[in-house]
Amino acid sequence: MQVVSQVREPLITGGKTYKDVTEDICRPVEQAPPKSWFAALTISLILLVAGGAFLGDLLWNGIGRWGLNKTVQWAWDITNFVWWVGIGHAGTLISAILLLFRQKWRTSINRAAEAMTIFAVICAAVWPIVHMGRPWVGAYWVLPLPNTFGSLWVNFNSPLLWDVFAITTYFTVSLLFWFIGLVPDFATIRDRAVTKFQRIFYGILSLGFDGSAKTWMHYESVALILAGLSTPLVLSVHTIVSFDFATSVIPGWHTTIFPPYFVAGAIFSGFAMVLTLMLITRVVYKLEDYITMEHIEMMNIIILVTGSVVGIAYVTEFVIAWYSGVEYEQYAFANRMGGQYWWAYWSMMTCNVISPQLFYFKKIRTSIVATFFLSIVVNIGMWFERFVIIVTSLHRDYLPSSWVYFTPTAWDIMCYVFTFGLFFTFFFLFAKFFPVVNMAEVKAIMKDSGPNVYKSRKTIPNDLVPEGDRVKETELA
Amino acid sequence: MESNKHFVVGIFNDQDILINAVKKIRSEGVKIHEVYSPYPVHHLEHALGYKRSHMPVAAFFFGLTGTILAILMQTLMMGVDWPMIIGGKPFISIPAFVPVTFELTVLLAAYGMGFYFFITQDLGPTRVPRIFDRRATDDKHVMAIDLSENTRSEDELKVLLESVEAEESYRKDFTDEENEPSFGKYLIDVLTNGVTSSSRQLN
Repeated sequence: MQVVSQVREPLITGGKTYKDVTEDICRPVEQAPPKSWFAALTISLILLVAGGAFLGDLLWNGIGRWGLNKTVQWAWDITNFVWWVGIGHAGTLISAILLLFRQKWRTSINRAAEAMTIFAVICAAVWPIVHMGRPWVGAYWVLPLPNTFGSLWVNFNSPLLWDVFAITTYFTVSLLFWFIGLVPDFATIRDRAVTKFQRIFYGILSLGFDGSAKTWMHYESVALILAGLSTPLVLSVHTIVSFDFATSVIPGWHTTIFPPYFVAGAIFSGFAMVLTLMLITRVVYKLEDYITMEHIEMMNIIILVTGSVVGIAYVTEFVIAWYSGVEYEQYAFANRMGGQYWWAYWSMMTCNVISPQLFYFKKIRTSIVATFFLSIVVNIGMWFERFVIIVTSLHRDYLPSSWVYFTPTAWDIMCYVFTFGLFFTFFFLFAKFFPVVNMAEVKAIMKDSGPNVYKSRKTIPNDLVPEGDRVKETELA
Repeated sequence: MESNKHFVVGIFNDQDILINAVKKIRSEGVKIHEVYSPYPVHHLEHALGYKRSHMPVAAFFFGLTGTILAILMQTLMMGVDWPMIIGGKPFISIPAFVPVTFELTVLLAAYGMGFYFFITQDLGPTRVPRIFDRRATDDKHVMAIDLSENTRSEDELKVLLESVEAEESYRKDFTDEENEPSFGKYLIDVLTNGVTSSSRQLN
């Protein structure tokens, strides 16, 4: 007899067998890519090259090319940095936190979500490096290396330096977690490989993994510990990113709510990006049986929850500003809502607070079109959130004579486009050469969450099941 | 009979049948060389009688190394080698050192354990696996029983495997070269004729 969940839909549908899983996931890796893949890659490369031209010009001439001035010294650069890092957080949440909570639905999406994390963090890392103006000495400035002008070290009291350690640790640990997860799947591809390139490429990447029970035992232990390490790590990363603002004395930034509020926002935007990517991948690679409506609904529920957390945080900020009695703080928030950047503030409120509430309706959270549309809306909203926090707090200085209005230049826009090109180029290369779904983990849940779970209820005599949960004869067919 | 070269291989279709089979075969006094699965099968390691994984211990000590290194680095740099007055704060201010200490703890724990895993499990880019049955990374569980480690004959083992619902069972012999596969030979074989001791024929 097998115990069957009474509430969960099967996570893998379509009567898939273990063999089908291998076939379905390996097929895109082994076959020549479709024309649509080439088209998508070409568009990404065009964005990369066009943005790269502006970025090169920026590096040559200096960051004066951006629309920054002496009042608004940080604008799109740090906005894009926080936005990309935030997007990355969903991958770790899916692979690490959902692993600790034993959520089986993570298995179909964790591979692509982790890939997204790694590429998003690379895009994020572009910004702090470029904004230093002379990035070629950047590595030497930010790392704890002795300075040639004396033994002057980096300042370990600065949140900007904590960020260096947090982001590099986050990137490298995520990369390791992702790679260890990929090893068994590379071994599967290696053992099916029919071309010389695949035999050598996946042979090397699979590290000679053979699926022995002893290796699997240690592998499971390693995965669990990496998940345990990644969970506080991912929370620490966005906490430290929020410290970049919260430890300053700028009104609107100097608040203790920032760490939890940033982490919730990060998960919120990250899940939206996972949905955007997975809804496309699902259709292109025909993964409807692996990424089912159940998965999409789960992710939408997380967006709803984190979106509401973010909404409460926005309101809390206002209440605290009023309650503090500090007039600068009160002005900063009044200015956010009704000042020159009112349009950015209200875009943020609409996209982040109002639009995810639509997911209370089952019809909307189980609709692919609505989900896809709202996932993009949420990402726009989260970009505006960072823009609002950063620019509205800076553009009204303590001296009214230095009050300005920030307008982006072509370099601001095109450098942002560059990171999109980078992200999608990486993602499309990943989707072609790496298995987009974790085959080993999907196979591991097939027995108790696979396509046959309802049929296996036959093994429980129906009269032993409580009346409400009994399976109708038609469902058993 | 030379050891590690002559095996009887049993193919299993289902994880529960496999675990029962492992328990039964071991209770009969037969030593199982290893079981290969396409995915981690829970409780298989208990059935095979493996000791608990030592990865958590490795992770703890690597993490501890990271903590100690991070605290030493920050106190020596900020407090001893080149003290600087920053906002009138103490030279060695422990709360400000917490984030970097935490990050380095995680970094060293993760990478220390990761490489400890690769090294102890003999995983590396130049490792060529010795493959009993290629379906072990696809859809079947493969049990290997070393003939030299057991007193029973090949036929007796096959009968035993079939009695515990193995789908099929056959004898597998490795040549010297297959037993100690070399990466250089693997590369040359792939490049010259596309086929190696551990791969199937090209289509």
